[in-house]
Amino acid sequence: MTRLEALAEKEPRWRMASSGDNCLVLETPSVARGASSRWLAVAATALRKARIPGVTDIVSAMTTVGIHYRPESIQCLATIRETPYQAVARQVSELLQGFRTSNSVSTRLVEIPVCYGGEHGPDLESVAETCGLSSRALIELHAGADVEVQMIGFAPGHPYIGTFDERLAPPRRAQPRTAVPIGSIGLANRQSVIYPFILPGGWNLIGRTPLMLFDLARDPVCLLEAGDRIRFVPISAGQFEAMRGK
Amino acid sequence: MTIEVLKPGALSTFQDLGRFGYQHQGIPVSGVMDERSHRLACMLVGNAPSQATLEVTLLGPTLKFEAPTVVAVCGADLGATLGGDALPLDAPVAVAAGDVLSFGKRARGLRAYVAVAGGYALQPVMGSTSTYVRGGFGGAQGRSLQKGDRIALLNVPTKASSLDASGLVFPKEVKRPPGAPLRIVPGREWKAFEPQADRAMTEQGFRVSSRSDRMGYRLECEPLRLLQSLELQSEAVSFGTVQVPPDGLPIVLMADRQTTGGYPRIANVATVDLPSLAQLMAGEQVRFEWISLDEAQQLAVAQGDIFRAMEAGHGVH
Repeated sequence: MTRLEALAEKEPRWRMASSGDNCLVLETPSVARGASSRWLAVAATALRKARIPGVTDIVSAMTTVGIHYRPESIQCLATIRETPYQAVARQVSELLQGFRTSNSVSTRLVEIPVCYGGEHGPDLESVAETCGLSSRALIELHAGADVEVQMIGFAPGHPYIGTFDERLAPPRRAQPRTAVPIGSIGLANRQSVIYPFILPGGWNLIGRTPLMLFDLARDPVCLLEAGDRIRFVPISAGQFEAMRGK
Repeated sequence: MTIEVLKPGALSTFQDLGRFGYQHQGIPVSGVMDERSHRLACMLVGNAPSQATLEVTLLGPTLKFEAPTVVAVCGADLGATLGGDALPLDAPVAVAAGDVLSFGKRARGLRAYVAVAGGYALQPVMGSTSTYVRGGFGGAQGRSLQKGDRIALLNVPTKASSLDASGLVFPKEVKRPPGAPLRIVPGREWKAFEPQADRAMTEQGFRVSSRSDRMGYRLECEPLRLLQSLELQSEAVSFGTVQVPPDGLPIVLMADRQTTGGYPRIANVATVDLPSLAQLMAGEQVRFEWISLDEAQQLAVAQGDIFRAMEAGHGVH
């Protein structure tokens, strides 16, 4: 048994695989996937702070963390004829030794004001019907949920938020829209997304936030990051307009 | 010290080595498509590889230099001329005030890299001057060159350069001749594809689709099929990832790729063969050849040794 496998044995919640010659993927086995995205986001932040030489980006997703590196810039141990992949795996293993979510979670809570329904959420009524709920009941379930940013992907600053109540599981629209307004909140399959730009999209639009998810003039440019806890707060159309100008 | 854009060309964007460290925020890396040509161009004019080159595509721009400097054009042969005379590629060339650099008929390749001694004066966005056209940021105003643009140059005193690339040759296994199969390593979901798909990757030719761009190269072929349908969670993808959407036609993710993807991945193109792929244009054929992860990484390390020699040997600032 190699040292790596021995480490993996001690921490059965993750394992590693290669994704091409420039990326290592840290995986959680499917059995542990219940609450894994927050664990992965926190692990990714810890790994990012470690600044492993040659590692360029660390991207957490729903069930994995992608660790991007430049193979020619990785410091390998010559004595054991280590490959760049093995050297990254070794360093990541060392950093994750003894790492537990329980002793390192202090994720932020971000409140997202949402104007539900009407012109800002054109699919609210039809989605509520699909879910067997009143519009009001759907809003209560969505805004009352204890959810988090599971990953950022698809476009700059574009979050996937979940997991919502099992009643909030409408399928995506059969006909995607070609241009979804900025700030629109999409709902499908117990997840929500928020559109940071005008983008094509197939999610059901239930509302819209006046917050800017991506702003080049702000540091950081993205409002949210993986692991953030999210609470949606219903606002009126008037409040939406008032907040939008700011 | 400026360059005036008389004609913008088909797609001319400033690119450096890429916008690293922001993919977890969903920000694509962007950067040059052909890193070898970019680094060579930088070296020939005495610039660091972290400085931007102008990546010009197929139909190059026409640029008027308002002050004397030194330029180098590397990568594709797009018929570059300076003041009407053919401009030698892969060499530093002195430019006089008023000289016009233009491009004509393509002889080979798709993307050429124009480096100017001292570098272009560009405002970095998130640590990089690479242009990300879809997001509208980086480079010059977040877009490709337009007629009438004036690009400022950094005012660095330059002496007529005597640099040349002849002493720096990539090992022939690193940079293979045009037409050689591109090397691939098995992708994350390689095992989920039919054995026929595995063989099809090396036994058939793939045609570069006209819908290919800086984000991805779409390939036309006999569709590659999964053993059974697969529901995947999105995760990180990288430069060279070969993903296969439900239509069975592979897409190789390139410089402007999205940060995450959810399609099954049959393979990844080896880092050292990405420059060759980036020089292929729509309608051209490509073939693949399986190698191991270890081989791919050894090749990347060997290429890195030459990159370092390029920087060390020429007093790059």
